[in-house]
Amino acid sequence: MNYPSKLVEDAVAEISKLPGIGKKTALRLALHLLKQEEKYSTQLAEAIVKLRTQTTYCQSCHHISESAFCHICSDNRRDRSIICVVEESPDILAIENTGQYTGLYHVLGGIISPIEGIGPADLHIESLVSRIATGEVKEIILAISATMEGDTTAFYLSKRLKNYEVKITTLARGLPVGSELEYTDEVTLGRSILARTTYEI
Amino acid sequence: MHLRELQLHNFKNYEEATFTFSPGINGIVGKNGAGKTNLLDAVYYLCMTKSAFQNTDQANWRFGETFFTIEGTIEHGDVPVHLHLSFSRERGKVLKLNKKAYTKVSEHVGKFPCVLITPNDSDLAREGSELRRRFFDTILCQLNKVYLEQLMRYNRLLQQRNSLLKQIAERRQDVSMLEIYNEQLASPAHFIAEERAKFTEKFLSVFLENYRFISCSNEVVSLTYQSALNETLSFVSLMQQNQSKDLALQYTSQGIHRDDFIFEINGNPLKKFASQGQQKSYTIALRLAQFEILTQQTGIKPLLLLDDIFDKLDDERITQLMLLMSGGRFGQVFITDARPERTEKLFYNDGIPIHMIRI
Repeated sequence: MNYPSKLVEDAVAEISKLPGIGKKTALRLALHLLKQEEKYSTQLAEAIVKLRTQTTYCQSCHHISESAFCHICSDNRRDRSIICVVEESPDILAIENTGQYTGLYHVLGGIISPIEGIGPADLHIESLVSRIATGEVKEIILAISATMEGDTTAFYLSKRLKNYEVKITTLARGLPVGSELEYTDEVTLGRSILARTTYEI
Repeated sequence: MHLRELQLHNFKNYEEATFTFSPGINGIVGKNGAGKTNLLDAVYYLCMTKSAFQNTDQANWRFGETFFTIEGTIEHGDVPVHLHLSFSRERGKVLKLNKKAYTKVSEHVGKFPCVLITPNDSDLAREGSELRRRFFDTILCQLNKVYLEQLMRYNRLLQQRNSLLKQIAERRQDVSMLEIYNEQLASPAHFIAEERAKFTEKFLSVFLENYRFISCSNEVVSLTYQSALNETLSFVSLMQQNQSKDLALQYTSQGIHRDDFIFEINGNPLKKFASQGQQKSYTIALRLAQFEILTQQTGIKPLLLLDDIFDKLDDERITQLMLLMSGGRFGQVFITDARPERTEKLFYNDGIPIHMIRI
């Protein structure tokens, strides 16, 4: 492609490095920026630079944070006796949006999968163990994907933590709320029948 | 259930062709290379959404073309079912039932069951254990969804374990991780082994009955399931026993993925001690047992596709096969032969009606 200027070409090259953005979309975005006021671009650039230079990861739970400890870990209204273990930061946002959880979190940074070369040493597992070793934690909730790799990770964690006095729970698996029975896949439905619960009003 | 009409377009050696079939026995005759087996494969394709002989869909285009279609009308229940299967470079594989396309083509498999008996079946006796496991796994997966799920789970975990073994060799992971996979694999492994053992027992009696009938003799044949697991050896201990060997080989050397089904005749391995005719009788009996088990389970008589079935069999065994076909045990049957006069004579002599298709 022939670009009208070297500066446009450079911008396209940088923008197209982002995931899901190709050369054409990058060009459209670059031309869009040119059409807007100068302030529009400087604010965007500033926001990106600040995002990269001023955010870090929480020393305790490895969630995205602006300081040494994230806003959840430093909030003393949260229940410190319970930790919810998740794969990545976006999972925390999903659970926070439910409004049903007031404990702390721990981000593993992935799940165990030898095919992709990821073993326990590549994840934030030792720091979880040392958090539990303090004795303050009474329960950990394994909120890990219901995939085979997720099961392996949960299994590994439960073995790793078996010598500590901590209750290990996992999220329930079953019918999605508001879904119709006949459209539910057989595996989920089968599990829901096996793990049925007593009806409560 | 029977296939009433079949239309082919650019499928293998057929440019454009239309066939009509009788609900009973259809004899497909023609010279070598005329397309008899290809016609059977088209029927198989329509039932199973893939070729029985080619691994890729592309391999079924007529030479130089980039698409094919197979269209069929199946009489089943009150309303005829129209099936339209197409495969093209642009749109991939599309299967429509009464003009409505499937979102997942695999959902079609099993709705219109078929059983194919081909000369290639002798590979079941001659080749490695993988083919025999696949033969039984395919039937078990059709009969039991949980089996399919557990088998997929086992295979996926096994892949992870094998990757782990390679990474341990490169010192990128710790040996203690093996234990995690051994324990995770144990539950699907024991389930699969138990189901295979139970099924073999059920299958065996049906199989023996068929073999006895076809061979019309006192030959003693047997079929046994051989697993590395048994009552005294659990999966976890098996893995522990083989740990150093697995670490050296960098793959899982034993487990239910290495199980075998042992085919024997008069106490000796079928592969070495049976004639080609005996091997053929054995594999025909396997397929007929598959036919019966499918019929019992689904309540529908599968389409029976017989490719070159008379070849290598002696007259006595051919007579027995003819008796089977006249007995009304099967529904619609398709039978190919390169020697029309042989098929015609056999059927006319026995007074069995046959619809002849010459290609």
